[in-house]
Amino acid sequence: MDWLIILASGVATGTVLLYATVGEIYAERSGVLNLGLEGMMLVGAMSAYKASAATGSPWLGLLVGMIAAGVISQIHAFITITLRADQVVSGLSLNFLAVGISLILGEGLTSLRDVVSTLPSFSIPLLSQIPWLGRIFFTNQSIMVYIGFMFVPLAWYYINRTRPGMHLRAVGEYPAAADSLGISVFALRYFYVFVGGLFAGLAGATISLSISPGWFGALTTAGQGWIAIGLVIFAQWDPVRAAFGSYIFGALRRLVLDIQGPATLLGFANPFYFNPHYGFFMKMLPFAFTVLALVIGSREATRKRIGTPAALGLPYIRGQRGL
Amino acid sequence: MTAVDSAESASGFKLPFRLEIEPRLKEPPGWYSPLLSLIAVVLALLVGALVIWLGGGNPWKAYAHIAKYSFGSVGVLSDTMVKAIPLMLVGLACSLAFRMKLWNIGAEGQFYLGAFGASLVVLLPVLPEEAPKWQFVVLMMLSGILFGALWGFIPGFLKAKFNVNEIISTLMMNYIAVEWNNYFIYAVWSEGGFQMSRMFQRNAWLPRLSDFADKTPAFRGLTTHMGLVIALVAAAVLWVIVFKSQWGYEIRLIGDNPRAAQYAGVSISKNVVLVMLISGALAGLAGMSEISGVVHRLQGAISPGYGYTGIIIAWLAKLNPLAVIVASILFGALILAGREIQPAGIPTLIQGVIMVCLIASDFFLRNRVSITRRTEE
Repeated sequence: MDWLIILASGVATGTVLLYATVGEIYAERSGVLNLGLEGMMLVGAMSAYKASAATGSPWLGLLVGMIAAGVISQIHAFITITLRADQVVSGLSLNFLAVGISLILGEGLTSLRDVVSTLPSFSIPLLSQIPWLGRIFFTNQSIMVYIGFMFVPLAWYYINRTRPGMHLRAVGEYPAAADSLGISVFALRYFYVFVGGLFAGLAGATISLSISPGWFGALTTAGQGWIAIGLVIFAQWDPVRAAFGSYIFGALRRLVLDIQGPATLLGFANPFYFNPHYGFFMKMLPFAFTVLALVIGSREATRKRIGTPAALGLPYIRGQRGL
Repeated sequence: MTAVDSAESASGFKLPFRLEIEPRLKEPPGWYSPLLSLIAVVLALLVGALVIWLGGGNPWKAYAHIAKYSFGSVGVLSDTMVKAIPLMLVGLACSLAFRMKLWNIGAEGQFYLGAFGASLVVLLPVLPEEAPKWQFVVLMMLSGILFGALWGFIPGFLKAKFNVNEIISTLMMNYIAVEWNNYFIYAVWSEGGFQMSRMFQRNAWLPRLSDFADKTPAFRGLTTHMGLVIALVAAAVLWVIVFKSQWGYEIRLIGDNPRAAQYAGVSISKNVVLVMLISGALAGLAGMSEISGVVHRLQGAISPGYGYTGIIIAWLAKLNPLAVIVASILFGALILAGREIQPAGIPTLIQGVIMVCLIASDFFLRNRVSITRRTEE
């Protein structure tokens, strides 16, 4: 078992989580929790794959996947922002809806494997020569992985150092104050739910067009959307921490698949090699670790009194007392 | 005054009438809420029809098919009830937790663990193979309840102790539960290398209507089992608890206004754990009844997403335990007859649309919408 390969493919798998998590961070920073992430990712994965199959262009597929997920996110935006319904229930129903839609429209896509063109992978010259790190981060990775590297600092900079980013935070922390300064709370929340949808679609398309190409129904995402929602809390709504968490979880997912390979593990007999059934316990790990990450995230949030955007989950009603 | 108004003035565009939206000051009449639910269901069926039509199918035929193969004869009606039984129990599990605004999305996992617990009694074995049926039924119920409750306790405890978001933790527990069962199905109790345990002996089966066919010939071939009685009793008991007991009042109070509950001396963290325990127990009971009443062995794929459908059922029933019964029968029909409808995502989609329509319709419960003619200003 080559640890470098596991870490390298962990970075690739983690890129999916990264896009989904950062997208959700944007939506939640504006005050809207969207539990439909898993469904939106499926819609993105399915429509990207379908569009790529139809047009032959994976880039067009990527775009279609993003827009499809963005559009479907607006159902949640309308229900929670305009109709002021409970964000938890609305997000869950969006999830049902989106999963249903992608299963219906994805019929017959599974058989298209190896026909659909996918996004390119390549090594970065020079950087891939760096010992260890070069092989983990810069060798034969998907272009989406490299875009992910550039995306993280940009996402952080946007939230923390730009004027629109400040508006985003204001709307999520103290919408009444933002409103009084002429920032449109409603419009911004719609917008950032849309952004969250776009990134969820990007995450889904990254799976189906690049990281593990193909359409496998609900197994395409296999719960990664829910893990991403957990990661948002672990990341304390910070894109850089989100990247950190995503790559760790990516590597963990990869480890689960690879650990049954070698007969010895760190010099000991490998129990997973001799009894493959123990693999079921390994498969629990990413989910168990998500719960653990939640515990860590929640404890830290209580200690530092930071974290959750103050208006998260609350509808904004103009003229009403409160936040 | 209203969002609609401000949007209008911003765009400079004027409708010939004015839409006024005001928060309701009085409770709407009692028939209003069920009517809205009904409209939501009808609307969802229309959207489903549209999708089937777009997919090149005949929506009328599809719905006639559902109706015929779920309510068309005593035989299929009995099968519908069989599907409705686990739905009732998980629906009750969700409705109790949601009452407290505790989002237990983990009924699916608690269902799996309940099935595991029930199987344990037969396969470990806890009871000798030829023990009387009542001993098996009682012990399997207790074991299913115990394991379901345990699976509910973990996220409940984490929520109470560390303030861990229960939506994510319960959901993660679902995935863990599936792998847990898989280990036992593949490695421990696998029969002849197949991914299932051996068939339970007959005295570990819940009694079915067809068991009484020699006395009542009309029952011949009917698969409805004792789980129905269990589910109905559970619904009645839960109704009494929620609406007639002091503890039920405390739960409702926490759900409506946690701060008021705290001032009134109601311990929130204690109730979080307690409600998650009971909610998990109910879902575990659903798993037990499915294993002992229908599947008769432990295997993978024992649930077509019962736990998730339970969420919608609870919401459609407006968290009322007695209404859960009705909603479960409706969804039992959808799941039973929906199996043969292509493409496969249609039942999931209809569930989603029902849910979206329901939650959107809540807006009309909370607000009064009136349309008035715009006069010259």
